[in-house]
Parts: sequence; structure tokens; C-alpha cells
Amino acid sequence: MMLTIIIFGLLLCGGFAWFMEGIKQNSARWIALGSFITFMVFFAFSIMNSPQSFNELQLFVRIPWISTFNIEYALALDHLSITLIILTFFLAIICVLVSWQEIQDKCGFFYFNLLASIAGIIGVFCAVDLFLFFFFWEVMLLPMTAIIAIWGHENRHFAAIKFFIFTQVSSLLMLVAIIATAYFYAQQTGALSFYYQDWLQLDIPLHLANYLMLGFFIAFAVKLPSVPVHSWLPDAHTQAPTAGSVLLAGVLLKTGAYGLIRFVIFLFPQASQDFAPIAGTLAVVSILYGAKMAFAQTDFKRLVAYSSISHMGFVMLALFAFNPIAYQGAIVTMVAHGLSSAALFSLAGMVYNRIHSRDLNDMGGFWQSAPRMGGFALAFAGAAFGLPGLANFVGEFMSLVGAYPHYPMLVILAAFGLIGSAIYGMVLFQTSFQGAPTKEIADLSMRELMISGSLLLLLLIIGLYPNLLLQYSMGAPSL
Amino acid sequence: MSTTLLAALPFYPLVSFLLLIILGKRLSWQQASWLSVGAMALSALSSGVLVYQLSQSDVHVLTVQLWSWFSLKGSTGIADVNFAFYLDALSSVMICVVTGIGFLIHLFAAIYMKNDENFSRFMAYMNLFIVAMLILVLADNLVLLYLGWEGVGLCSFLLIGFWYQEKDNVLAARKAFIVTRIGDTAMAIGLFMLFKSLGQLNIVDVTQAAQVSWQVGNNDAYWIALLLLGGAVGKSAQLPLQTWLPDAMAGPTPVSALIHAATMVTAGVYLIARMHGVFLLAPEVMQYVAWIGASTLLLAGAAALVQTDIKRVLAYSTMSQIGYMMLALGAGAWSAGVFHLMTHAFFKALLFLTAGSVILALHHQQNLFKMGGLLKKLPVESTLFIIGLICLMALPGTSGFFSKEAIIAELWSSPTAGAGLWWCAIVGALLTSIYSCRLFFLAFLGKQRFDTQLHIEKSKLLRMSLLILAALSLLGGLISLDLQAVFTDMSAPVNKVNEPYWLHTVAIITPFIGITFSWFYFARYRITSNAEIKASQSMLSQFLRSGLGFDALYQWLLIKPYCFIARLNRRDIVDQMIMLNAWYVRLWHDTLSTSQNGSLRWYAAAFGLAIVCLVGVVTL
Amino acid sequence: MTEIPLEHVLFLSCILFSIGFVGVISRKNTLFMLMSLEVMLNAVGVAFIGAGSAWRQADGQVMFILILTLAAAEVAVGLALFIRMQRRYRSLDIDELNEMRG
Repeated sequence: MMLTIIIFGLLLCGGFAWFMEGIKQNSARWIALGSFITFMVFFAFSIMNSPQSFNELQLFVRIPWISTFNIEYALALDHLSITLIILTFFLAIICVLVSWQEIQDKCGFFYFNLLASIAGIIGVFCAVDLFLFFFFWEVMLLPMTAIIAIWGHENRHFAAIKFFIFTQVSSLLMLVAIIATAYFYAQQTGALSFYYQDWLQLDIPLHLANYLMLGFFIAFAVKLPSVPVHSWLPDAHTQAPTAGSVLLAGVLLKTGAYGLIRFVIFLFPQASQDFAPIAGTLAVVSILYGAKMAFAQTDFKRLVAYSSISHMGFVMLALFAFNPIAYQGAIVTMVAHGLSSAALFSLAGMVYNRIHSRDLNDMGGFWQSAPRMGGFALAFAGAAFGLPGLANFVGEFMSLVGAYPHYPMLVILAAFGLIGSAIYGMVLFQTSFQGAPTKEIADLSMRELMISGSLLLLLLIIGLYPNLLLQYSMGAPSL
Repeated sequence: MSTTLLAALPFYPLVSFLLLIILGKRLSWQQASWLSVGAMALSALSSGVLVYQLSQSDVHVLTVQLWSWFSLKGSTGIADVNFAFYLDALSSVMICVVTGIGFLIHLFAAIYMKNDENFSRFMAYMNLFIVAMLILVLADNLVLLYLGWEGVGLCSFLLIGFWYQEKDNVLAARKAFIVTRIGDTAMAIGLFMLFKSLGQLNIVDVTQAAQVSWQVGNNDAYWIALLLLGGAVGKSAQLPLQTWLPDAMAGPTPVSALIHAATMVTAGVYLIARMHGVFLLAPEVMQYVAWIGASTLLLAGAAALVQTDIKRVLAYSTMSQIGYMMLALGAGAWSAGVFHLMTHAFFKALLFLTAGSVILALHHQQNLFKMGGLLKKLPVESTLFIIGLICLMALPGTSGFFSKEAIIAELWSSPTAGAGLWWCAIVGALLTSIYSCRLFFLAFLGKQRFDTQLHIEKSKLLRMSLLILAALSLLGGLISLDLQAVFTDMSAPVNKVNEPYWLHTVAIITPFIGITFSWFYFARYRITSNAEIKASQSMLSQFLRSGLGFDALYQWLLIKPYCFIARLNRRDIVDQMIMLNAWYVRLWHDTLSTSQNGSLRWYAAAFGLAIVCLVGVVTL
Repeated sequence: MTEIPLEHVLFLSCILFSIGFVGVISRKNTLFMLMSLEVMLNAVGVAFIGAGSAWRQADGQVMFILILTLAAAEVAVGLALFIRMQRRYRSLDIDELNEMRG
């Protein structure tokens, strides 16, 4: 019941915020902030007081929805989804805070979209009926497209359409795979089912499983994103408003990784193991290519966007190593990247609000006038290039240590990404904050200090005490 | 009691760092320097106590676990990676050097940087550096060591680029970070391999497991040792990753003294000494270590001969001295290498700080050819500088003598070194004495070649820190390091029968030969009456001055191609390929939409034409 | 009274239709286009009547009456549109009304 309340509550609050904005200006952001905090606290309390152990998927609700096709409304949670939902809530609050001043136009509608998108994302993380999953998958995309298309920067329509087409085409493949699997299930048992736990019992012949796995894989690889289907990401990130970038990088990319874990690897274990060398190679190409492309960029947000591609490569490499250490590393990397890229995009937004440019050539020497901001920029860039002590290091280290016994060559190549990340991290930090001062900018305001401070604190806590995440099993594949 | 002391050791500077960063410019100079120097005094004091307690106890080892970081459950076992400190004789030496010299340099820096507007930020970075360095030397596992390793790299980056408004400093900082990062990556891969083959990352466990499961010359041991060597080479500025160190002199002088002479650059030496258990199993890599050390010491010595910047001479000299340490490690003379690390920290810190005083007195003039005649003007500094130089040249009786002789003595009959490397070391010693004399003559003798009024700092504290360092440099050779407990598993004592009788004599008189040679060869620097002397501009000098062209080589080999590819593909070729679809659709769209011109008459004509065609097709 | 052969009627109808069609596509003024359209309709009407009399059936004439009413309705609607057009664009030139171009 709790999950249903949260998902529909968020949607209702979105509508309410939209409505209230028409009555009283600036009320929408307070409503959004309040509802995120309330639901987050509600969620955390319900989980803590729940008697169940979340080492396995715990079913919360399962009622028929479209009974003609045996489609059900089924939601469940385990540690993996709990972690990601908490991350989503946290970043949602960050999103509201970074949009506090930035969004002036059609405020109410903006917060409605934000809340709706978050509701969809939470739905994605807990749906265990594949049709319902697909439904939430679409629910989260539409408001996101709207956020890019309406409140984005100069080239927003192009970016929004590109984002939309990429994700739609790929989710079409997923839909085909879902329906095909459901029919296969019907062939085997005589009745349709879209229920995840039912599918886990299926014994799909390998030649069929290969194709089905590929359908899911492509959908999630686009979302992750992996080279060669990454190219929506730089455009979408660059053009989206700050909150959109934070949400995209912080959470939306994680839905891809989540899908890889929950559906690709668990539903088609054999097929994904056969596919692993290719996926691993794609991951390494993403790591190196992303790092190299990031170095070439002159646009602050574009640089961070390419660095995201590089980081998510580590996640994919770790997932397809089928090793418990690498698996844990992938999860830490997911959380860490969520925080660090959100931090860098917030920072980009703060800089943009001051100088109205994202071009690194327009920046330089900001440390002089904004030392606090510089300190945070350094820390966040440090997180991006994997400075030990911050969360990303633990994730990347565990991913690579775990993956090394399986793919020594690939891991050695991936390790070159560490050099690449140092190069773009240096370029990012040094061209914007060091050098001769070009402009005077205001240092961080209280609100911005709160955003950056909380992100840095979390990065440090996870970096120094990752057991906070690692103590849970997260349902590692027993392979 | 002592475990608490050990656990708290890095936290004094850490607290000081946090306070300095948060309070920033709100602190006055007094408050900031009390805070940072006081924290250093506390850690120096407690490391003194710790080392004393350790020497009194029977176990010679002290460990403390702060908290568990993460654990790796591999197929070969569970490796717990903890925040845990491990103190033995080797790390005792290191913490004494780091906190002791660190304290003196902090004291110096508090006065040296007094007038900088970002004083508290500077001291904060220095404190943070000490934190990272302490974690590096105290780490009980290689991942925590890596944390310290990257931490000191970051601090080095921050401090080289401390005056970040100058483009050159920014680039030097970037270069230092990225070049060392290359080494760090090699080291990280080494850790992956280590975990794969041994299932351990704890240093003691690794050493034990390695000796149990590997034979001498094992392939895994070879690769792991080689990759760890890669990390050490990057951090310690050895061939082929040495190019960053001369540029790193862009930082303030106390930074050069602390990071780029006394402590951080010797981290590579510490790493190899710490992992000697693995290196002993890979004699080939030991040879590489020795040869890298020898070639760096010759290369850097040659480059130091022609530098015009006083700090760059010292930087190349540092590289060359670390070359000696590497040579010692490669030859299996572990104790001698670590001993030289310690004495070098004393006298090189002294040299850098004295050079800093000179530079300060000359209003930030670093060019040797714009100095001259300082002996009379700055007698105290000159004396201190001479003390530093005679230690560097290893004249008998000084600390440098004891440590360098200890190294040279072991080279000839070591199985992994030999006569060739012994001669390299001797030639290196000769070069050392020559460039030291040249430096001294240029700066302190001859005619005065500057026309500014000297700015003389009369602070007692400043003098005091220099005097203590001078005393250490002179007498540090008498400190006896008992590293037997650490290096017990050394290879069997080597047979020294074949050594010629003249070995020691040659080693001892080499510096004197160098001094005599320089006395005549550089006579023009000493007694010139010209107010202007110029640095040699011959091809050879310029080649040597540029550090034997490595910068240019890497520029062409690595940086240019990387930038070129990056620039070539700025628009992302993969994206272009995907956008080809969009272009294709758009092409059809454009073609077809020209036919939709909105003109009714065109539509009607097309309609009619189509009917005619259709009817024609049907009827025919 | 000699009967007019069906071929002649159809020939006349074809010519009329072509004239009307050429009129539609060559005139720019919508009023003339409407008139040409009427010519085309009448051409069809002629063909129907001719065919009706050739087979001696009333259907052709019925069709013609239908076409006539249709043409009247069309003219009514068309002229009303032209008045709006004239008011709005100050022109009856069909080529200027190409807002639907792709």
C-alpha cells in the first residue's frame, strides 16, 4: 500500500502544485519540496519499521489490472530498489532546490512534470509486472521530455526530440521482447503472465533467450548509455535546465543499470553470460571514448555529460563480469555517480546563473571571487576522477578488482580511463576556476551551499564508509 | 595508550585543515599559524613518543584499526580493506621524517608566506598534505596506501598551482598530476593483479602469501612488481615519468622543500621498500629498479649542471638523489636506501629552505646569473647552504656521506647491481659535486649581479628551523636505523671477496675530485670581475637544460596525438553516424515538401496529369 | 430528325471538360477558376445527357439535375468563401494563398 500511496501521492501533489501556482505565486516549489521530504520520510520510516527482510524481493501489492491479458499491478522492493529510491528522493530534493530561482516561467507546470517524472521513476524501481514496468518507463519519459523541451536552453527542441526518439525506439524493442516473453510463457504454461517472479521460473531455450535478452539489453544500453547509442545524452544534458540534467544524470541513467541487473541478468542468465564479452567490450569503449570526448569539449555541461558515459561504462563492465565484488562495485558506482554528476551539474547551473554561459572559454579564475564554489568544484571534479576517499573511488576500484579475474585485458584498458578522467577533470576545474580572473562572480548563497554541502557530505560518507551500502546483499546474482 | 596515539596521529593536521578551510580568511595570521604549526608540533611530538614506545616494546610492530572500509569477497578468500594503521621500524622512520621535517617546514612557511593574502588556505593545504602522507606511510593495506598516494598527489597539485592566477603554474600543476596519475594507474592495475593471484591486499599478508605461493622469478611476481614500480616511478620522478618535477618548482619554496624534496617524492622509494617481499621474488624487476635509478641519477645530474634557476638545480638534484635510493633498493640495499631517504630529507629540506630565504631576500629572484656575491651579504644563509651542499656532496662526516657510502658499498657485489652500476654511482657522485660547486659559486661567490636592496628576514623562528635542519644534516648520519626487523627476509649475505681494495677509497675521494675540477673549471664564476656573465647557449647546454628533451618527446609522442584526435572528433563521429538517419529523413522531407507548394493550381494540374496517366495505364 | 451520334456528344463533352480544366489550372483569379469549374461540371452533364438519350433512359437526366443542384450549392459556398477571402487578404489571387505549403 505504501508504494501506491507514494506514487499516486506524488502525482496528486504535482497536480496540486500546478493548481496552487495559479492561485499563489511561488507556492509550487514549496509544495514540491514539502511533498518530496514528506514522502521520503514516510518511505524511510515504513522500510525501517517493516518486519520483512529485503534480501529477496518483497511483494507489496499484487492486484489484477487488465485481466484480459493477465496484466497485474504488482509492486515489490528489495535492497537494490530501496537504495535507488532513496537516491531518487534525495536527488529530487536537490532538483527542487537548484530550480528554486532558475525556473521563473510556467512554474506550476514545471513542478508538476518534476513530480510526475519522479513518480514514474519510483514506479520503475519497484514494478515487478513487466507491463507495469513498461508503463512506468513511459510515464517517467514524457514529463522529462517536457522539462527539456519547455525549460531548456537555446537548442532545446532538438535535444528533446532526440532524447524522445532514442528512448522510444529502444523501449519499443523492449516492448516487443516483453510481449514475446509473455507469449512464450503462455505457450509453456497455457496462460499469459507478465509477472516477474513467474518469468524467473521460465526455462527459455538459448536461441530464443538470446534475442529476448538483446531486446532488453538495447533498451537499457540506450538509457545507460553505452557507446554507440549514447549520443542523445550530451545533447539532452546540455540543453536541459539544471534540474533536468541532475535528474537525467543522477537517476534516469540508473534506471538503465537497474534494468540490466533486474531483467537482463536475472531473466536471461545464460544468454547474458554468452553476451558478456561483447557487453564488456562496449563498456570499455564507452569508458575510453567518453573520457576522450569529455576532454575535447568546451561546454561545461557537455563535458560532464561525456564523463557520465565514461562512468556508466564502469557499471556495465562490472555487471557483466558476474562477480560478487564487481557487482557491489557497480552498485556503489551507480550511487556515487548519481551524486557526483548531480553535483557537477548543479555546479554548472550555479555558474550558468552567474555568467549566463556554459562555455569554458568564458570562464577562468573564478576562485578569486568565489573560493567556496572553487573548493566544491575541486571536490566534485575529484569525485569524477576517482579520488580515493570519495564514493566514486570505492565503486570503480571494486568494479575493476572484481572484473579483473574475468577480463584482464579489458580491465587494463578500462584503467586507462583513470588517466583520461584525470585529464578532463583537470581541464574542467582548471579552466573554470584557475588562471587569471576573468569575471567577478558571487560566491555560493546559503541555498547553494546547502546543495553542494549535502552532496559532498554524502560522497565523503560513502567514500569512507561504503559499508553503509555494502552491508546489504542487494541480491547479487549467484554466479 | 600507544594505539590511541597512533590512531590520532593524522587527525591533528586533519582538524587543523578543516578549521583553516572553513574559517579561511577570518583567521588572523597568528591564529592560522598557531593552528597549523601547533597541529604539526603535536603530531611530531606524538610520533616521537610512538617511536620511543615502539623501540621499548618487544614486538616492534603496532597496529590499530579505525574502521572497516570495505571487504572484497573473492574466490581466493576475503580481503578486508580497513582504515588501519601499521607502525613498524620502516614506517617509524617515515613518520619521523614526515612530521619532524614537516613541522620545521611549517614553521618556516608560516613566516615565509606571512604576507600572502591566502595564507590560511596555504597552511590548510600543507596540513592536508601531511594527513595524506601519514596515511600513505601508515597504511596497513595497499588500498589505503593508494588513498594516501592519491591524496598527496592532489595536495601536490594544489600547492604547485597555489598561485593559480599564473598560467604557467596552472599548467605545471596539471602536468604533475597527470604524469603521476599515469604511474598511479599502473599501480592500480598492479593491485588488481595482486588481488587476483593472492586474494590479499593487506601488506603483511601479501608479503607472507607471496613468499609461500611464489617461487623466485614467478611470472605474477614479475608483473606485479613491475606495475608497482610504475607507480613508484611516477611519484618519485624517475625515468621515464620524471618530467613533472622540475616544473613543479612553480610552487612556493616551502612546498618544494616539503613535498618535492623531503617527503612525497620519496613515497616511491617507501613503496618499493615496503613491498620488498614481492620485489625480492622478481630479481629482474630489481635490476630494472637499479637501472632506472642509475640512469635517472646520471640524467638528472647532467641536467643540473646547466640550469639557471636555483630551484631547478635543486629539483634535478632531488631526482638524482632519489635515483641513488632507487639504485640502493634495486641492489637489495634496503636499509641503505631508506637511510639515504632520511638524510636526504634533512639536507634537501635545508637546501630548499635556505634557497627560499635567499630568494625572498632577493625579492623573488631565482635566476642564478642574477645573484652572486651573497656570501658577504647573507653570511648565515650562506653557511647553512654550504652545510647543505657538503651533505649533498657526501663529504666525509656529514649525514650524506654515511648514507651514500652505505649505498655505494653494497653495489659492487650485489647480485642485482654490479660493477657497471657502481661506476654509474661514482660518476653520479662526481656530477653531484660539480653542480653543487657551480651552484655555490654562481650564487654566493663572484661579483654581485643584482641591484636591489636585500630584504633580510630577521625572524628567530625562521633561523631556528633552519639551524635545526642544519644540525640534523650534519649529525643525522649518526642516527642508527634498526631496520633489521623489517628487512629480515633479505637474501643471503653476499660474498664480498671479489671486491677490489680501492673501492672505498675511490668512493670517498670522488667528491673531492669534483670540487677540485669545479674550482678551476668554474673559476670565471668565482673570480669574474664582469658584472654580467651568461649561461652557455650551446646546443648541448640547451639540450641538457631542457631535461634531455623528454618534454619535447612526450609532447610529440603523446600530447599532440591525443589533442589531435580529440580535436578531430570533437563533434563525435558516432553521433554523426546516428544523425545520418535524421539527415536521410530530412532529405526526403525536403524533397517531398517542395511538391507541397500550397498552390492550388499546381495540385489541380498534378491531379489531372495523374488521371491521364492512370487512364492511359489502364487502357493500354 | 436525325440523331446526333453519341461520339459527337462525348467529343463535345471532352472538349468542354478540357477547356474547363485548362481554365482551372491557368487562371489565377479564383472567380474565373470557379467559372471554369462550372464549365467542367457542365461538360460532365452533357456527357450524362448524351448517354441517357443514347440508351433511352431517364437516369442521365436525373444525374444532370443532381449535378446542377450540386453546382448551385458549390457556387453559393464558393462565392461566400471568396467574399471572406477578399475581405481578409484583399486579393482573389489563388497563388498568394499558399499557406499550406510544406
